[in-house]
This record gives sequence, structure tokens and C-alpha cells, in this order.
Amino acid sequence: MQASQVEIRKVNKFYGPFQALKNVDLTIPPGKVTCLIGPSGSGKSTLLRCINFLEEYDAGEVRIDGQLIGYDAPGRKMSGRKLREMRRSIGMVFQQFNLWPHMTALENVAEGLIRVRGLSKRDAQARAEDALRKVGLGDKMANHPSRLSGGQQQRVAIARAIAMEPRLMLFDEPTSALDPELVGEVLTVMKTLAAEGMTMVVVTHEMGFAAHVADQVAFMDAGELIAAGDPASILHQPQDARIQSFLRTYHERNSF
Amino acid sequence: MDFGILQQYGPMLLRGFGNTVLCWALGTIFAMALGLLIALVQRYAARWVRWIIQAYIEIIRGTPFLVQLFVLYYGGPLIGLRLDAVPAGLLGLTIYGSPYFAEIFRSGFRAVPVGQIEAARAIGMAELTIVRRILLPLGLVSALPALVNFSIILTKETVILSIITVPELMYQVQRMSTETFRYLEANLVLALFFWALVETISRLGRRLERRITRHLLTERT
Repeated sequence: MQASQVEIRKVNKFYGPFQALKNVDLTIPPGKVTCLIGPSGSGKSTLLRCINFLEEYDAGEVRIDGQLIGYDAPGRKMSGRKLREMRRSIGMVFQQFNLWPHMTALENVAEGLIRVRGLSKRDAQARAEDALRKVGLGDKMANHPSRLSGGQQQRVAIARAIAMEPRLMLFDEPTSALDPELVGEVLTVMKTLAAEGMTMVVVTHEMGFAAHVADQVAFMDAGELIAAGDPASILHQPQDARIQSFLRTYHERNSF
Repeated sequence: MDFGILQQYGPMLLRGFGNTVLCWALGTIFAMALGLLIALVQRYAARWVRWIIQAYIEIIRGTPFLVQLFVLYYGGPLIGLRLDAVPAGLLGLTIYGSPYFAEIFRSGFRAVPVGQIEAARAIGMAELTIVRRILLPLGLVSALPALVNFSIILTKETVILSIITVPELMYQVQRMSTETFRYLEANLVLALFFWALVETISRLGRRLERRITRHLLTERT
């Protein structure tokens, strides 16, 4: 598997007068796990969604393996076809799973292979089965999402993304909508992916995951990237007062 | 009351009812198709196109069907649109029903969670494929009860076609009434026919709804 590198340079994003991202600079190294952390409303999800251009950034550059996404040149939007081409190699997993409820687990995973990659039904099905087995759902392939737990749904969503053989995976708070006892199964699948050398960008509130799995942790606050570095330097010896206060709140909330 | 007269007029009324069902079915299908097209164009087209369509919706919804039918049937020839009663009636039903169906489809599309559309975009699915594979199936499920409801309303709008001499049930009932002066009997028969039709549609609608929502009932914990 070839892993992508992402360069984010001076990215700005406005919602009307509100500036959601302020001159964000960040390099996502290939084959590594980068966790985006920070208080809610800090812009981490917005930044993540700029990487596959689900969110259109207004200024700056997001490059995937050197190629600018969303624009042909500054201010000139990329054609839909070119954007779709780039998105094929970027997998995304959402907080709300976003499985298609009218399709079975297998159909959810096979859909992109058939409609986007142009695989035959049979090949797509075989590959979808592999992906589902990989996330431990070999016995749930015929289930519709309504017949799956949250953790199982999220694993189907991960299978749907990895079946497309992406070179980069984006996770937008993948465990935030889950009951606490279902978080583990999803994180386990993500760790397996990380161990295989997938480039991963993960917006998360799971500090444990960030501390143990991330190669890089980036902290955001109020649309700004405050600091990025190895987990130890950000989570254990934070220099910035905002990170210290964020971690203090986190520890207080999670202690009993 | 004397229903003996029905022996004589029965076949004519039945033919009328057949025409009613036919006009309703075709009119509804055409209106639904046009409504769906309008809703899709409203969702994706440029602003000025949407503005024109919105004007069409407002005008058609803002005027009585009876008036629209008159304008179409008697005003049409002035611009070279000369239609027989039945085609005029069908076109009238199509035009009259389309904005209501368009609004029903629009709200059905809006009920599809944005995230499920984004999930399709994120894997690089083309917009048309998204419409076909995600937006339509899910939007139709949300829209179904309202679609059935408005189709039922349309059954009763077909009686208005009698004023441009479409030989549907109302037209035959009026003929029978003026020939026999049995106004009450004739109209009761008409009521019975309509009630049977509506009941059938509503049952079919519920059955269809149960079928297509089978997998969508999420059990929330």
C-alpha cells in the first residue's frame, strides 16, 4: 500500500464573518497517524473536511502528494470529475457512521466499488466480503444498518472506506457517537490500520488513543493550530497555556 | 329513492368510472413525474432557473384547477394548442398536480441526512449516481405517505374534468341526472365509487409503505 502525504499551508475558512480556520499550517507525514485534538468548535473537524474538500477552504493550499485539492489554481475551482478522482484515494469515516440505511452491510461496502471503481458485482462482492471480515464483521454482511450496533455500524463504515483502497484515511470523531463499551472495538480496527502503515488523520476526544497510537498530535483552539508534535511533547509536557487548560478539563471530567 | 333506474344507466356509469380511474392514474403518473423533475431541477439548477420554476409553482398553486382547465381548453386554441377533451384533461391534471408533487419530493429529499450524501461524495461518487442510488430511494421513502395522500386528493379533482366534457363519472352522473331527475341516486352512486377507489389506493399505499420501510426502522437505544 502506498501512503499519502498531506501538506496544509496557510489554510483559511470563513462562515460569513466568522473565521473557522486561521492560517493553519500542518504536514501530515505518510504512513503515520496524526490526531487532531482541541475543544469543540476549535475547527478540527473543519480542517479535516478541508482535506477531501467536503469543506471548501477559502484561502491557502491543501496538497495531497503534492497535488492541490479543490482548486486548479488559487481561486479557480477544480472540475467535479477531477475532485472525484482525487477523493477516490481518500477514505473518510464520520461521527454518525452515515451508512446507507437501505443497503445491507455488504451492499454498503460494495456500492463504491461498483459505482465508482467500476468493478463487476461479483468482484465487488468478494472484495467487500474481505473488507468486512477484516473489521470482524464476516457474520453480519447481510444485516441492514438498523440491525447493527453503533460499533458494528462504524466498523462497516471503515470497511466501506478501506475497500476502496485509499492511500489516506480521515476519521471525524469516529467514536464520539458510540456507547462507551463499543468504543474499544472501533479503536482496535483503527490500530490495525495504523500498524499497516496507512496515513491517518483522526479528529478525536480519545486522549488515550492519541497518546498510544498517534505519531503526531496537533492541538487546535479557536481556528488556530496551536502546536503540533509527538504525543509526549503535546500531551505530557504541554508548553502552551491553552493546551494545559484543555488537558486539565479533560482529566477532571474523566476522573471519578 | 329509486335505484331501479341503475339497471338502465349502470353500464354508462361503469364506463364513466373506468374513465375516471384512467384519467386519475395517468394524470397522477404524469404529474408525479413532472413534480419529480421540478424537485430535482430545483435542487441542482442555477439560481435563475430555480426562480422561474418557483414562479410556476406559485402561479399554479395560487389558482383554482377549474380556472386552469378553462384557460387551457378554451384559451389554448388562441396560441395554437387545440386539444381534445381527454388530452386537455390529462394535461390539466399534470400541470395542476406537478407543483404539489414537487414540494412533496423536495421535502422528501430534505429528509435524507446530509451525512449520507457526503459519505457518497467522499468516496468519489458522481452527483447523478448519488441521486439515483442514495437521494431517490431514501427521499421517496420519506415522501411516500404524502405522495399517497396527494394522489388521493387528485382522485376527487378529476370530477372537474366533466366541465370540459371528459366522459368520466361525474359527466355521466350529470347526464343521468338531467335525463331522469334522479340527482340524489346518481350522486350517491358517484360517492360510493369514489370511496371504493380511495380506499383501495390508501390500502395499497400502506402496504407499499410497510414493504419499503422494512429495513429502515432503526431501533434507538
